[in-house]
Amino acid sequence: MPTLQVSSLRKSYGDRLAVDDLTFSTAPGEIVGLLGPNGAGKTTTINMILGVLEPSGGRIHIEGRSLATDRREALQRTNFAAVYAPLPGNLTVEQNLKFFGMLYGVASLKNRIDTVLEQFDLLGFRRTKCGVLSSGEQTRVCLAKAMLNAPRLLLLDEPTASLDPATAREVRAKIRGLATDRQVSVLWTSHNMYEVESVCDRVLFLSRGRVLLEGNPKTLPDEHGKGTLEELFIAVAREPLSLES
Amino acid sequence: MRITPVRAIVLRQLYLLRGGPTRVLSLVIWVAIDIILWGFMTKYLNTVTAAGFDFVPVLLGAVLMWDFFTRVMFGVTMAFFEDVWSRNFLNIFGSPVSINEYLTGLVSSSIITSTLGLVVMLILAVALFGLSFILYGGLLVPFLMVLFLFGIALGIVGCSFVLRFGPSAEWFVWPIPAILSPFAGVFYPISTMPTWIQWIAHLLPPMYVFEGMRAIVTGGAMSMKSLTMGGVLAVLYVLAASLVFTRVYRNAVRTGLIARYSAETIT
Repeated sequence: MPTLQVSSLRKSYGDRLAVDDLTFSTAPGEIVGLLGPNGAGKTTTINMILGVLEPSGGRIHIEGRSLATDRREALQRTNFAAVYAPLPGNLTVEQNLKFFGMLYGVASLKNRIDTVLEQFDLLGFRRTKCGVLSSGEQTRVCLAKAMLNAPRLLLLDEPTASLDPATAREVRAKIRGLATDRQVSVLWTSHNMYEVESVCDRVLFLSRGRVLLEGNPKTLPDEHGKGTLEELFIAVAREPLSLES
Repeated sequence: MRITPVRAIVLRQLYLLRGGPTRVLSLVIWVAIDIILWGFMTKYLNTVTAAGFDFVPVLLGAVLMWDFFTRVMFGVTMAFFEDVWSRNFLNIFGSPVSINEYLTGLVSSSIITSTLGLVVMLILAVALFGLSFILYGGLLVPFLMVLFLFGIALGIVGCSFVLRFGPSAEWFVWPIPAILSPFAGVFYPISTMPTWIQWIAHLLPPMYVFEGMRAIVTGGAMSMKSLTMGGVLAVLYVLAASLVFTRVYRNAVRTGLIARYSAETIT
């Protein structure tokens, strides 16, 4: 059974289609890159999977649970981190983790908090207010929160955007390890093609709300006559119609 | 409904109160100023009126009860504003928390903050001005209950308004108690107002409380039917406010407001 099953997903704002008949799935342990230029529909798709944006049509199932009819059960197995959704700055790292851990109904919360703090090298910041952390540290706190409920589906919207290269590499390795060891399915958006190539098992190129290309990030550029994933990305952004066939 | 997410929202509020003394101060300073100001005013009025009428239970009692109602309302909105100010909607509503759990958490937070304000007011009013609620006896509980429920209802309406129109609509919430107070007959009997305002007053649950309080203080009989009416109205307002919030939330999810709730104004 796929961890995430998205079927004929659609979102329109008046006459404008933000996501158009999107169908894809992710398997346990698989990291899928959701790529595309700004406005392609990546964040809209993630918001719909998170349940904060109602689709105009289509279905979303997380581990077989329908998001529309079984929201709590579906979201209990999901978590996310995004650069544009930092945790409240007026709470300490530990207070934030406790707050969100309780919202997600995490069992043995104290132990779980200790685990994620250690996992993301945050033990020294336990009693520091999130607002005074550097952006990289805040990103690590967001990732720690995203791991609290040991999600089966992890949604990461540009998770390494504000991290230095060394920390970004560590974070990628950690998430890669989680996906493999715990069979967590990850949907990852990024504009860093090097990162996508190194971490993703499969990529979906979105253009105008539709999946334009899909495949292995290591072989996909060659299949479309491009030297690198970045060149392919630029081609998708500039001339999507030439790639549609 | 699960209790743990409700506890989480209350715990968050306690963390914030513990983390900043200015937050605690803001809960008690305004009510303390009100009690002291009106306390001296009532003392002065007692000295200049010849009839020997005691203004303390009438005016100071009314101020205390109205401030309690205001604290309840702001207790709900302040807990909600924490999520507005910290741009936390995506984290909150992207979690398994349900709207009922979220609203119950806001209301529970308000119970704590409004109780703190009430205790401070009672201490000041009793210790400095000799206010006594013995006169009201067991009726004090339903009086407070009606005001509490109406405060909750207006708090939820305020949250709905800000959720619908964006953070800049926050200003709308603060003057609501001041706008309502002339119509609710807080300081004077509603019979002193024009007939059309009296009709409005009958739609406001606090009116039944303050009319009842005055009836008791002046030695008259308190109408239980009237107080029940106030209670029923307050419950109806809570239900209506919850429905409004749920509808506004669903609309926000449909239009995408929740996902991009950070703009200064959202139309």
